[in-house]
Amino acid sequence: MARKSHVQTTINGETVEFLCESRQSLLEVLRDELYLTGAKEGCNNGNCGACSVILDGRLVNSCLVLGVETEGKSVETIEGLAEPDKLHPIQDAFLENAALQCGICTPGFIMSAKALLDSNPNPTEHEIRYWLAGNLCRCTGYDKIVKAVMDAAKEASA
Amino acid sequence: MQDFSYVSAKTVPEAVALLDENGEKARILAGGTDLIVNIREGRRDVGLVVDVKSIPEVNVLNYDANTGLTLGAAVECYKTYAVDAICDAYPGLIDATKIIGGTAIQGRAGVGGNLCNASPAADCIPPLIVLNATCVIAGPNGERELPVEQFCTAPGQTALEKGEMLVSLKIPAPASNSSSFYLRFIPRNEMDIAVVGAGASVTLDAAKQTIVSARIALAAVAPTPLFAEDASASLAGREVSDAAIDDAARAAQAIARPISDMRGTAEQRTHLVGVLTRRALNGAIQRVRDAA
Repeated sequence: MARKSHVQTTINGETVEFLCESRQSLLEVLRDELYLTGAKEGCNNGNCGACSVILDGRLVNSCLVLGVETEGKSVETIEGLAEPDKLHPIQDAFLENAALQCGICTPGFIMSAKALLDSNPNPTEHEIRYWLAGNLCRCTGYDKIVKAVMDAAKEASA
Repeated sequence: MQDFSYVSAKTVPEAVALLDENGEKARILAGGTDLIVNIREGRRDVGLVVDVKSIPEVNVLNYDANTGLTLGAAVECYKTYAVDAICDAYPGLIDATKIIGGTAIQGRAGVGGNLCNASPAADCIPPLIVLNATCVIAGPNGERELPVEQFCTAPGQTALEKGEMLVSLKIPAPASNSSSFYLRFIPRNEMDIAVVGAGASVTLDAAKQTIVSARIALAAVAPTPLFAEDASASLAGREVSDAAIDDAARAAQAIARPISDMRGTAEQRTHLVGVLTRRALNGAIQRVRDAA
């Protein structure tokens, strides 16, 4: 049995402590240790973006971060977006635009979109498409996702 | 995934001691976008992962118009294009840092890691070569410097000796009337690996008509990224013209020794070296002429 390290980090604004092996990715820690199953495992090698989370304000693939690396850091996941009785505007925009079908890529897309709008509140369609290029969707054909992000940006600046 | 130990080193000597003690079994973790995949897929046998991101020297990002750029080995791609002065001084490097992976990869991966991974197709390496970058390497016997074109020795292999680590890259301040450009051929718009990559830097005379000096470097056409020395030298003193650029492109093609693989045939790659060398040179020249 591999030795476990004690890690203290902030997840969605709350201090969280967990034990993990060095070889466990942040994605595995989120899903298997903390039961935050919103981030999804797709390719597990950084190509698909289904596991996207925000680490210290920066979008990352949580499958390419070790859990032990998050000591003292701040992690935002899809679970932190909605308020108890109210969805996040990006989530609303995804529903309004029917920007999902099977839904497995959706948490990653929404976290990626959030990171974009946090840093660039009024992106062009071109900027949205390039920013989201690391998130793959095999159902929608992307147009509805891009429109949802444009709507969310419009909504936020209205 | 294989079990390994993890240490977040706080100083260069601490990291060097760990690397020296553990030899081949120890690997440096910076952005992790290559290392973690390699361990997961069993391509590397790793007993110890040394995270260097808490070491101040590998996080330096400092540009001075007189002395140039110091780029810490763990500085993430996105930080390079967040600084206007760096984008203005080294546009060829920024061409590369903006196209490596997607947003999430650029949030973790850095130029130093791209270099140490030593892929023949690494997008950052041709720009580093044409910008005359120097590797600052720390090891058990102290610090040494190495021109970046001597750093990669084979696919995945570098000039780093046992116990050594890349601390930073130093890039000289750009000369007046100079600029740089990098581009690659991929069959998609983004999120791909270069079939061929080409970088160029040029320094023009005050009238912006004659090439004072130029450097050309290529990716994905040999076991390591290549400095096209003869092609570069052929441009010195020549007037900017299609003929001069065609001559340099042919000289670059002459040193390419590509393989055929899933991304392209050797014949296609050799053709692309000519096309991309011309475009990289013209791109760099245009940037010089566009500058005020």
